[in-house]
Amino acid sequence: MASKNVLLIFKPNIMYRPIIYRLATEYGIIFNVLEAKILPKQEGRLILELSGTDEDLVRGIAYLEEELVQVEVLADKMHRDEERCVSCGACTAVCRTDALSIDRATMEVRFHPERCVACGLCILACPVKAMSGVSIDNENEI
Amino acid sequence: MDIPIQRSYEEINEKIRQGKAVVLRADEMTELVSSEGVKSAFKKVDVVTTGTFGAMCSSGAFINFGHTRPKMKATSVWLNDVEAYGALAAVDIYLGATQVQEDDPLNRVHPGRFRYGGGHVIEDLIAGRPVRLRAKSYGTDCYPLREYETTVTIRDLRDAFLYNPRNSYQNYNCAVNLSKRTIYTYMGILRPNMANATYSSAGQLSPLLNDPYYWTIGVGTRIFLGGAAGVVSWRGTQHNPDAPRGENGVVREGAGTIAVTGDMKEMSAEYIRGASLVGYGCSLMVGLGVPIPILNEELARFTGVSDRDIVCQVVDYGIDYPNAVNRALCELSYAELKSGRVEVQGRNIPAAPLSSYPMAVRVAENLKSWIRDGGFVLGAPQVALPSAPFPAV
Repeated sequence: MASKNVLLIFKPNIMYRPIIYRLATEYGIIFNVLEAKILPKQEGRLILELSGTDEDLVRGIAYLEEELVQVEVLADKMHRDEERCVSCGACTAVCRTDALSIDRATMEVRFHPERCVACGLCILACPVKAMSGVSIDNENEI
Repeated sequence: MDIPIQRSYEEINEKIRQGKAVVLRADEMTELVSSEGVKSAFKKVDVVTTGTFGAMCSSGAFINFGHTRPKMKATSVWLNDVEAYGALAAVDIYLGATQVQEDDPLNRVHPGRFRYGGGHVIEDLIAGRPVRLRAKSYGTDCYPLREYETTVTIRDLRDAFLYNPRNSYQNYNCAVNLSKRTIYTYMGILRPNMANATYSSAGQLSPLLNDPYYWTIGVGTRIFLGGAAGVVSWRGTQHNPDAPRGENGVVREGAGTIAVTGDMKEMSAEYIRGASLVGYGCSLMVGLGVPIPILNEELARFTGVSDRDIVCQVVDYGIDYPNAVNRALCELSYAELKSGRVEVQGRNIPAAPLSSYPMAVRVAENLKSWIRDGGFVLGAPQVALPSAPFPAV
């Protein structure tokens, strides 16, 4: 089983189609809703954790794109500069998904991009500017 | 400091010169003392090294940028558009770590980012990066030049000394936020309704927690500062030996501080970092370590202190702290804090550190190898820091 956090953007023309239903039933993808923002008739934004075999995930994401859903893989959005990071831990105070977490044996801060939902709070919290990327939440635009 | 001496500085330094000194990091000493006891640890160990790495706002640099031609008595000076204090002799300045770059929007759009300030200039200089220097003056007969602008690296500067009036706080608060909005503090981002806690100490590795009565740490103590050999130059500002102590002598809150000095030309940007604390300001992250000579059994016991035996005060930064309400919600040990989850007022909340324990280990490890392999001898303090009676009365 693999898992991927993705941001799905639904434009008004496809907002009311049962796309996620089909993703689950026809492509065997297990989904978990991490965040959702729906502006009726304008745009829907969903952050989902998708789980399945590697093959299912590839087929599932291809299906979403066929349906004209804009798919952004969140693990690719945030980046840590390993040279800058001093493992102070300030980012772990705000990380919502434990994508940044502390190895209790060494107290090193570990970055797990696959858990990231690209909220961008770590960019704000990092005192040495080790985190960079595009946050999906406009309020946290850096 | 009038303490029983079972092993002298001379004896320890002689062993260091011969490459025979036994040196442990404070966390290793903690393990040794707990497994073999104080007496055995005292017999085995000559020196314990400590370390800490975190934002220390009371930091800055004295810089002499060398005389210009014609000469100038600089009154206002900027480095990369960060203003330094120029009201000293002709080309001497003091650059404070928290000075923010000109035209920074500060907190006008809250929370401000504080992208560049004095701490960043200090890091840039130590890293050998070029820095724009600009100076103004009113002109005198002996110092006629009124304006000067040039690009310098640290090699071009006559002198660049780190001079930090308050570093390495002996202990520090754990911060929470009881207000109803997110706050952006020097203790990091604190979520409303006490949704998280932050703390900032290396705990069992922290210098002054391993010598709680400052028996060996005083003016003249040679230390690790920013990757180079530095020195304790005075007691730090706000130094307070009279803070409450536990039965083990360890302070339960802020208490002692040290002022430290070192040559920036010898430092490494790995251990000195400019810091941007969102919504708060600019600062400097400092890597600092102090070697503690094990002069007697009591010092073996002190340096054997573990995170379980060190507590700090949990303080509300939402309402209490800004209003100078001196109240603690409870005490927590560093063992609890480092577990990542703590109980405060009956609630289980996440706790995040702000000072880097891995970097503190690296500082202590470096200092250990300097002493063991590099003949770094210990300086006996020439002036003691104000202390408290021992045993506690």
